[in-house]
Amino acid sequence: MTYEAVIGLEVHVELSTRSKMFCGCATTFGAEPNTQTCPVCLGQPGSLPVPNERAIEHLMTIGLALSCRIAGHSIFHRKNYFYPDMPKNYQISQYDLPLCVDGHLEIEDAGGTHRVGITRAHMEEDTGKSLHVGATGRIADSSHSLVDYNRAGIPLVEIVSEPDIRTPEQAQAYLTELRAILLTLGVSDVRMDEGSMRCDANVSLRRAGADAYGVKVEVKNMNSIRSVGRALAYEIERQTRVLDRGDAVVQETRHFDEGTGKTSSMRSKEEAFDYRYFPEPDLVPIAPAEEWMEKLRAGLPELPRARRERLTAEHALTPEQAAFVGAHPMSVAYFEALLAAGAPARDAAVWMAGELSRALNDHGEEIGAARIAPEQLAALIEAVAGGVVNLNTAKKVFLDAYEQSADPLALIAERGLQQVSDDGAVEGAVREVIGAHAAEAARYRAGEQKVFGFLMGQTMKALKGQGAPDVVKRVLADVLGEPDG
Amino acid sequence: MSELWRLGAAELARMIAAKEASAREVTEAHLDRIAVLDDRVHAFITVTPELARATAGEVDARVARGERLHPLAGAPVAIKDILCTDGIRTTAASRILADYVPPYDCTVVERLRVAGLPIVGKANLDEFAMGSSTENSAFGPSLNPWDLTRVAGGSSGGSVAAVAAGMAPLGIGTDTGGSIRQPASLCGVVGVKPTYGRVSRYGIIAFASSLDQVGPIARSTEDAALLLGVFAGHDPMDATSIDDPVPDYRAALGEGIEGLRVGVIADWMGGDGLQPGVKARVREAIDALAAAGARVGEVSLPVFEYALSAYYLIAPAECSSNLARYDGVRQGHRAANATDVVDLNTRTRTEGFGDEVKRRIMLGTYALSVGYYDAYYGKAQQVRTLVIREFERAYADFDVLVGPTSPTTAFAVGEKTGDPLAMYLSDVYTIPTNLAGAAGISVPCGLSDDGLPVGLQVLGPPLSEPLLFRVAAAYERARGPAPDPPLWSAP
Repeated sequence: MTYEAVIGLEVHVELSTRSKMFCGCATTFGAEPNTQTCPVCLGQPGSLPVPNERAIEHLMTIGLALSCRIAGHSIFHRKNYFYPDMPKNYQISQYDLPLCVDGHLEIEDAGGTHRVGITRAHMEEDTGKSLHVGATGRIADSSHSLVDYNRAGIPLVEIVSEPDIRTPEQAQAYLTELRAILLTLGVSDVRMDEGSMRCDANVSLRRAGADAYGVKVEVKNMNSIRSVGRALAYEIERQTRVLDRGDAVVQETRHFDEGTGKTSSMRSKEEAFDYRYFPEPDLVPIAPAEEWMEKLRAGLPELPRARRERLTAEHALTPEQAAFVGAHPMSVAYFEALLAAGAPARDAAVWMAGELSRALNDHGEEIGAARIAPEQLAALIEAVAGGVVNLNTAKKVFLDAYEQSADPLALIAERGLQQVSDDGAVEGAVREVIGAHAAEAARYRAGEQKVFGFLMGQTMKALKGQGAPDVVKRVLADVLGEPDG
Repeated sequence: MSELWRLGAAELARMIAAKEASAREVTEAHLDRIAVLDDRVHAFITVTPELARATAGEVDARVARGERLHPLAGAPVAIKDILCTDGIRTTAASRILADYVPPYDCTVVERLRVAGLPIVGKANLDEFAMGSSTENSAFGPSLNPWDLTRVAGGSSGGSVAAVAAGMAPLGIGTDTGGSIRQPASLCGVVGVKPTYGRVSRYGIIAFASSLDQVGPIARSTEDAALLLGVFAGHDPMDATSIDDPVPDYRAALGEGIEGLRVGVIADWMGGDGLQPGVKARVREAIDALAAAGARVGEVSLPVFEYALSAYYLIAPAECSSNLARYDGVRQGHRAANATDVVDLNTRTRTEGFGDEVKRRIMLGTYALSVGYYDAYYGKAQQVRTLVIREFERAYADFDVLVGPTSPTTAFAVGEKTGDPLAMYLSDVYTIPTNLAGAAGISVPCGLSDDGLPVGLQVLGPPLSEPLLFRVAAAYERARGPAPDPPLWSAP
């Protein structure tokens, strides 16, 4: 049986405000446990929340970038449930009157462009972090738990998509695009590995062509965009097997295991919480003034999609190159700095999407912290074009230079890797090679054209890869063309 | 023993500023009075002599330096033990917070310190301010200085009893459904429920956040007005606090009430359950207002019949959420020998909370549950809107409304503890004001046939405190000095 997957994503994004959502505590990641706390975020008796205006502004900006309608009247609710890492045993969140509603996001995959609806984007506060001490780190078999409240009260935006996503690839494209937008807005670090971006997925299957939705499963604990793709692929496969053998999918929450690539049951619908939502009486409604909204709208930066289109049009980049260059405001800045330093756009894009991207990945770094300055890379590109160094050597040196945080051109000079294009030096190498491979040379001269490539390779090897390819080719042909000596 | 405790707060402060008495002497006189009386009255959970002496010492130093002082500087104050005090245990009269020491001061306490009012102690209350007699205190009830076999009222019974017994000229309470006005009425002192948002709630242990409001208690309207002036006003730490200038509450006290339109709430004066002696005294008080020039009329407010029921859904709903944080994990009591976190939560709360608190948590949890929300919490909020409209309608015709504060005088200890509904009815006249977020004052208006105090309640729209003080002060002038409780002559 063929099924169609129906996927909706709930994304939580920690905002990068300097202070928490409802108090003045700092939000620095990785601080000593419980050092960024106060009576408010610890839920001390009598303490009260005061909203962070900057965080609400960030949410409005996100809403505008996702083409949402910003509600003229929005309120906070309390979401009540007991959990030790939640100081008040309720979370201040939004319920039926969120600030941003009815938006959309366009994504691209092999099948073209798809519009994914955004149901809502709302404001809430993060919880603390529990560390369960015991064998697996899960609460069930722990001996005791430690709680760090540094994260408690950090502003969190929840962005809920419509069930408009059909494949794991689209889900990854959605998250990649959303991440690019949030980075461009400068409202979050959006690091899934540090938890500043978290994603839960709802997925159900239905017969291809059916209108009604199937029973949905919520999948949690994916810590990278790739994990979301893996978890969804696994879950689609699992549900397909369940349906194919005539069973019903159980509505439940499942936990993704990074190691095994599988999901396992966390809790079923019967165990679902009753959160007893009610309007938060300690806060007043949010009613953003029209001028405030207009000011934010006017201040929106160029968003990734528009940026990619501009890059493609202005610099004749391929869509893949434009996607890489346009992914992040810092990568655009790097690209523009390369151009300003004289690099041709295509070369700049190829280098960025190629060696630079590889070096950043290898070192787990963001482009904003790249160890090779755009001016240094532009100089290297120019050296290749000017025949000072050949492309393969340049690539290899670039990676070494990155490793050592050195200037690539300096490294080339230091190692004497400049390209050999002097006819005399090349001819010496050619004669040596022909002397050592007389039989092959004879076969070429007898008309066996394909031996030329072998001799060419041997000559390059003799020149330690530094020979200028066109010079080597010309000199080799000349020498082979000489009357048999 | 010094007789300074017999004087009002403004008079004491005047004497201190004029160097006729030192703040230290004034504080000692009240601490002595507490030492002599509080075994019998039980107004305090924690007496704070060191804190009081430190503040009094600062006031004396400022007097010596010739500084200009607040008109209440040096006047001792008893604060309800639900106001957080940095480094001093704050119990909310609950076992669950019996050893809780806050790491910070509430805004009200901060403002008391700036004005130089020595805090003599943390006063008793019903657990988490839930009750009308202080019998729900985990530390035992406060007794009525007029008759030590009777309750002081509640929930701010300790603060009120302290003021009535002369253990402090000033008290601070909180009023969520009548918790300042009702005990003030029962103990024969002045109690004010300010407009919601007029006083910061920051650092006040929450019972029902949309209703809680801090207010002053004193033996005269002038002292109460001055005290409200100390701590009223906007606080950036409380998002619901009103950003509006605080008027000089004493300024209008001398103005008469000639021509003022006073509406008598007919439904209350004619209703069942109103003790005849209370009705008679309130009626006389209304006549006195008329004699002072007020234009008295009658108004019927039938929607108020539903206010009590609405209150007992909204307040428990909010309390069920506010009290969720007492789970044994972070602060307060933690049950011993729990097997896991759920067991820890359950045991801690079972041991830590008293019956009435548990009753309201269950009531509120139920009212907010999926499937019941609309029928209970949602409906109650609609009633709340109707109560607000009913008040607005009445204030189209009248400047203030008047009636009894409490349907009865002080009842005997134990009389209503077995019947929660009878206890709840004690607040039937005070609750509508809280639902509307408006202001009210209770001022003593004589003794009932049983020799116990009766309170006249004056109500006004939001931010009408100056008007309420003016009416109460005019009534006090017409009434003459209020009688003192027997404890004043036979300590």
